[in-house]
Amino acid sequence: MSDLMLVLLAVSILAGGITVAGVLVWWERRLLGFWQDRLGPNRIGPFGIGQLGADIIKLLFKDDWVPPFADRFVFVLAPTAIIASMMMGFAIVPFAPGVHIVDLNIGLLFFLGMSGLAVYSVLLGGLASNNKYALLGGLRSASQMVSYEVFMGLSLMGVVMITGSFSLVDIVEAQEEVWFCFSQILGLFVFVIAGIAESHRLPFDLPEAEHELTAGFHTEYGGMKFAMFMLGEYLGLALISCMIVTLFFGGWMGPSIFGDWVPPFVWFSVKVIFVINFFILLRAAIPRPRYDQLMDLGWKVMLPITLVNLAITGAILLWMREVV
Amino acid sequence: MLSMLRTMWEIFIHLFRKAETVQYPEEMPYLAPRYRGRIVLTRDPDGEERCVACNLCAAACPVDCIALQKDAREDGTWYPEFFRINFSRCIMCGLCEEACPTYAIQLTPDFEMCEYDRQNMVYEKEHLLINGVGKYPDYNFYRVSGIQTATKDKGEAINESAPIDTKSLMP
Repeated sequence: MSDLMLVLLAVSILAGGITVAGVLVWWERRLLGFWQDRLGPNRIGPFGIGQLGADIIKLLFKDDWVPPFADRFVFVLAPTAIIASMMMGFAIVPFAPGVHIVDLNIGLLFFLGMSGLAVYSVLLGGLASNNKYALLGGLRSASQMVSYEVFMGLSLMGVVMITGSFSLVDIVEAQEEVWFCFSQILGLFVFVIAGIAESHRLPFDLPEAEHELTAGFHTEYGGMKFAMFMLGEYLGLALISCMIVTLFFGGWMGPSIFGDWVPPFVWFSVKVIFVINFFILLRAAIPRPRYDQLMDLGWKVMLPITLVNLAITGAILLWMREVV
Repeated sequence: MLSMLRTMWEIFIHLFRKAETVQYPEEMPYLAPRYRGRIVLTRDPDGEERCVACNLCAAACPVDCIALQKDAREDGTWYPEFFRINFSRCIMCGLCEEACPTYAIQLTPDFEMCEYDRQNMVYEKEHLLINGVGKYPDYNFYRVSGIQTATKDKGEAINESAPIDTKSLMP
């Protein structure tokens, strides 16, 4: 791809990502409404899509206030970290054959690193607010991220073992015959759960946990700074969905029975939308666990499953190599 | 784990249910005749004010939003000189309606009373009084009560027996 095309792609991903995150806010509210026998926001514009614009106007016109007791520099800096790291994560996602910004040979590690950096946003936001609820939210998110990142990375190693590469393009191409969601079902299971915890969405939104911590780490935030946290959260949701589709559901490739008349990007989008809706369904259906239950689940259930998956995958690969 | 999957399925099924939402300004919800909304003062079938300014509603009101002043007509009947309800305080509990001995004060199925100026929430008698009988069309307090007025003596009310002469020993 030429440099101009790359710049265009980067800009369109930037604009598209933010638009998608904005639309997701409306879509999630609408879908949650339907699942709770309500209608959700349907007043402004067709199907209520104008709610997006109304929300932006509201947030833009809010007083941009920094509490006098907060650490001003870090307080303002914190919301940008989540957006920056999430947008960086999109750089390695292959949307269609040849349509990606970079094909890093350490693509997967880059993604894990970027999602790891996003925790700084929550952590610094919680610390800089100088508020006990925010601090507790920040503390929780730090320990949640640290423990869930361990097996988030490990759960992907099965995929890497089969492919023999960290590059996402290679991983998608390795799923030509069978998607990894069949051979790596345990890895998928763990990665989905770790992904929710990583983007701290319900049921794992303990850093926010409005029933006990008012709003957790963003208690003191308002206006556009709050909007940036929300944007980051929805970008994270979109990124995790993209990664699940890329790593486990064959990326841009559709099932072979449909032939190749459907463009690869359409396949990719359909799958991503499906996964996002699944995440919203999880939010609607599953209650939030207690904090110690969250940690128990992480270290006593998820980590063993990951290790078993890793051992089995390695053993089968070794056995197959001997047979061949 | 299985129960979680079941929960997710049950929630998903709700996508195909009809929403419970009543889209209010376009679609009015049904309000029962005895809904507790805006308070009115009714008139009796002859078109006279029912209120006899007994102050029971003001006494019953838990938020003290009713104020009135008694006055008497030439025939001896009472009526409120002014009758004021502060609707910015009123909690629509309906205790005034229950306390009223003459069915004068009644709550109606109307709740659309928004104002831009808080002072406009204070309703005077001219705003409260309606040209109707409300929920009890045939009731006229002075016709059924034993109260003596200029036009009606003791024992002349509907269903009322003649007064007993307590000085007499005859049955």
